[in-house]
Amino acid sequence: MRKAYDRETTPTGKEIFRTFLRNVEVADGQDVLICQDTGLPIYMVKIGSKFSVDGARVSAALKEGANRATLEHPFRGSSTHPVTRVNPQTSVGEGLPIIYWDFVPENDFLDILMVPKGSGSENMSAMKMFIPADGVAALKKFVVDTVLQSGSNPCPPGVIGVGIGGTADLVSKLAKEAIARPVGSHNHDPLFAKMEDELYEAINSLGLGPMGLGGSVSTLAVHIEWAYTHITQNPVAVNTQCWPARRARAKIYPDGRVEYGF
Amino acid sequence: MATYTLATPLTEEVVRKLYVRDTVILNGTIFGIRDLTQIRIFDHKMDPPVSLKGAVCLHTAPSLKKVGDHWEKICVGTTTSGRMDRFTPGLMEKYGVRAIIGKGGQYQASLEAMKKFGGCYLAIVGGAAALETNQIVEVEKVYWEDIHPEALYQFRVKDFGPLTVAMDSHGNHLYFEIKAQAEKKLPEIYKRLGIPV
Repeated sequence: MRKAYDRETTPTGKEIFRTFLRNVEVADGQDVLICQDTGLPIYMVKIGSKFSVDGARVSAALKEGANRATLEHPFRGSSTHPVTRVNPQTSVGEGLPIIYWDFVPENDFLDILMVPKGSGSENMSAMKMFIPADGVAALKKFVVDTVLQSGSNPCPPGVIGVGIGGTADLVSKLAKEAIARPVGSHNHDPLFAKMEDELYEAINSLGLGPMGLGGSVSTLAVHIEWAYTHITQNPVAVNTQCWPARRARAKIYPDGRVEYGF
Repeated sequence: MATYTLATPLTEEVVRKLYVRDTVILNGTIFGIRDLTQIRIFDHKMDPPVSLKGAVCLHTAPSLKKVGDHWEKICVGTTTSGRMDRFTPGLMEKYGVRAIIGKGGQYQASLEAMKKFGGCYLAIVGGAAALETNQIVEVEKVYWEDIHPEALYQFRVKDFGPLTVAMDSHGNHLYFEIKAQAEKKLPEIYKRLGIPV
């Protein structure tokens, strides 16, 4: 954020960046929430091949953890029934928390990344099934247009996560994995790393600026995650992340040691 | 691009001096409102139990704790204003509200009301709830407790902001302006990305 503050050139944008940075200081100094919308709990769990674990118990523990974070700590109860709109004030419920599982060869630990996602940014996310004839140009246009339409709402400048390929569900998951990467990291594949740079430059050229009130920094990073798709498909998804881009990681080792990080 | 430190309630004269891109810092009382608060006022036709003449209203759903008869703040942040666009003209015309604080801005009908009745939209920095909560000195009163956290909240604030004037009483709309500028740049951006126009 400090580096982005230096890149910002407009007085309004600078002022907003100073407020971002002051807010982080206050939240850290007083150990209070950075934003009232603590979002829905999303966990990305990677099980190492040298770490034996009962997945069902991990799943139950994560659900209980999200519940306790709400009841015993100031995580806001933001989960609700989609039809009755009744809020259990627990952050969980049918289908929640969201848990993505993956397996990593060689690792001797359990890696749990928690990415709480507020609605200001998540509400601006979008997915579209293009066709092969639309080409890669359609994907790029969709990303730029989605960011422009989102304007101020996702609390920019944050991370623009892009999913390319897969199926309707996978492409959306890839976009979510993209926002969970360390800010400014590149895709390992040079083809997609180049596309990340192109889109980063294009989005910042829009001049939306911090909080969409105009300026030179409209996004901190564009991250792409991709997968092979069907010969007749050309899917793209955009998941927007707000400027606080909250993340917390725990690595649990067989001897019970836990390393916390981001 | 002037900076104003203003005390609430606001008069029409003060609001008419503000232009988009000005910065405002507020002292005094502001009222927290949200979707359901305004659904109650306008759809269920219940007048607010307190005068909103000259008021500044904040789009929020605060996290508060009731200790005895007193409400303590936990975390007060700002929510997206676009969802509550249809209520702003009524707040200004019928109840004399002078300013809305929120994030993301509102649309044409709200802008027209601001022009006609002397109102403005003040953009807060979204996601900066730690700072915002510190600037709220006290939760003075909660009206309509039955619909908490979407009740009507009276907050005493000190040096609340900085807020950017994003819609003024002269018909200027900063978000529309920024978006229009971005749209003008689109053909050039598409060209660089190899997108056929």
